[in-house]
Amino acid sequence: MSTTAVATNSNGNAQASVKLPIYMDNHATTPVDPRVLEAMLPYFTGRFGNAASRNHQFGWEAEQAVENAREQIAKLVGATSKEIIFTSGATESDNLAIKGVAEMYKEKGNHIITAATEHKAVLDTCKRLEKYGYRVTYLPVGADGLVNLDDLRRAIDDKTILVTIMYANNEIGVIQPIAEIGKLCHEKGVLFHSDAVQAIGKVPVNVIKDNIDLMSITAHKIYGPKGVGALYVRRKSPRVQITAQIDGGGHERGMRSGTLNVPGIVGLGKACALAMEEMPEESKRLAFLRDRLKSKLEQNLDEIHINGTMEHRLPGNLNMSFVYVEGESLLMGINDIAVSSGSACTSATLEPSYVLKALGLGDDVAHSSIRFGIGRFNTEAEVDYVADKIIDTVKKLRELSPLYEMVKEGIDLKKIQWATEGH
Amino acid sequence: MAYSDKVIDHYNNPRNVGTLDKSSGQVGTGLVGAPECGDVMRLQIKVNPETQVIEDAKFKTFGCGSAIASSSLATEWVKGRTVDDALTIKNTDIVKELALPPVKIHCSVLAEDAIRAAIGDWKKKQGVTAPAAVEAVKG
Ligand SMILES: Cc1ncc(COP(=O)(O)O)c(C=O)c1O
Ligand code: FES
Repeated sequence: MSTTAVATNSNGNAQASVKLPIYMDNHATTPVDPRVLEAMLPYFTGRFGNAASRNHQFGWEAEQAVENAREQIAKLVGATSKEIIFTSGATESDNLAIKGVAEMYKEKGNHIITAATEHKAVLDTCKRLEKYGYRVTYLPVGADGLVNLDDLRRAIDDKTILVTIMYANNEIGVIQPIAEIGKLCHEKGVLFHSDAVQAIGKVPVNVIKDNIDLMSITAHKIYGPKGVGALYVRRKSPRVQITAQIDGGGHERGMRSGTLNVPGIVGLGKACALAMEEMPEESKRLAFLRDRLKSKLEQNLDEIHINGTMEHRLPGNLNMSFVYVEGESLLMGINDIAVSSGSACTSATLEPSYVLKALGLGDDVAHSSIRFGIGRFNTEAEVDYVADKIIDTVKKLRELSPLYEMVKEGIDLKKIQWATEGH
Repeated sequence: MAYSDKVIDHYNNPRNVGTLDKSSGQVGTGLVGAPECGDVMRLQIKVNPETQVIEDAKFKTFGCGSAIASSSLATEWVKGRTVDDALTIKNTDIVKELALPPVKIHCSVLAEDAIRAAIGDWKKKQGVTAPAAVEAVKG
């Protein structure tokens, strides 16, 4: 299905050519970096050993590779290698951290604090714990997408055992005040878990400076393979203990049983090593591309809205609402570009994005939203192509939009009696 | 999601996009849906007062591709029909013609609602300006 196209600038002049379709949905997943794949390949065939085999070379080789990866991951986030537990990905890491702490510290308390904009892997884990008698506080966020430290301070009580707040949001890319949240938790003697899936390798993350006790990581958002991740579990000040959620052979010091996914782990390690080396340059380049996309759109379209703060945001993220244009119809018009929308029409439940709703935006703004996730392999020519295509399609759809016409005529949409039963 | 060729065709070449003069006695306007729900359709008809035939129809839609296609198709179908005949158009006919999947049925319902609302508006206007005509329609 791939073709090539020539991006044109606003004067209609041809620029560099781009290959279609364009992938610009790097918060959903990323392609495996060829250098990561190359590091992984030997561990499928020649070096296929079980890292738990203690008495032959195949096992030793595998163990060596796993320990090397542990070092690479630890180094990227300022941890020690013994603090890294391998899992099948961030969904498992989030479950293990939250359920593992809840079970281990249930004598101490039964209260957990999280935020309304967390990933479902965190929210649904908390929901399940509520069924088991735990109490969960879901902190609101401001229009900027950030939690308020005073809200958090007020929410902590003597039964609170865990605060879980994500590092960077997967839809709007906003970065929470993690170090301050962690400091507050430590002052109050409460453990702090952070789902750092979107932040790792994109912005500097350091578990010591950020006062993090448990942290979820996944490989497939940082140009590694799918189905492998890790949980950081702090070993000192404080020493964190968790109850295993998967029982078996006692791998990973009893915290997560199961034969290790050696090629996957090697890939995760290599992805972290590359991120460590390339993050300073790469984040500058991504921010440049993102800002270029943003300013092109802003220069050529009116009635657009940026969701969440631009000040504390991942360099590759842009989440924008093209007001009076419905998101799915926009995606249909740009079908050679892979991005995503918070519109209800794109979701199986016909509910608009809960993250955008938590910002206090009207549903109509959520319906018009598009998330751009610019990544390592996107080029300037691709950004220009995407900008042009979005501009053309939004203009075309606004010609079709009764709301845009009404607003341009000076009608206040809020004053109209809409029939909102139904959906 | 994969769209049917007909949905794509209406999306790429929407028929009868535009606006009629809503203050005209001959024009009926239906505005249905709500911005919070992600779909708003405006369908307008222009009726010949002698023959009751819908001579022109225009639409504008805020909604997904299926909603755009449903309303575009609705304008094609009402044109040339009498008002009463247009009221027999069912959302299920639209679903069938456009091969809409189950999650998109409500987009076709909205198009049927828009046709009814436009005709209702036109009828109301006849009630004000020419009561006899309403009787004729009813009878
Ligand atoms: C913030 C966040 N947490 C957790 C996950 C789940 O990660 P995984 O796909 O590795 O289970 C994702 C990605 O979908 C994510 O963006
Ligand atoms: S308008 Fe929402 S699914 Fe069609």
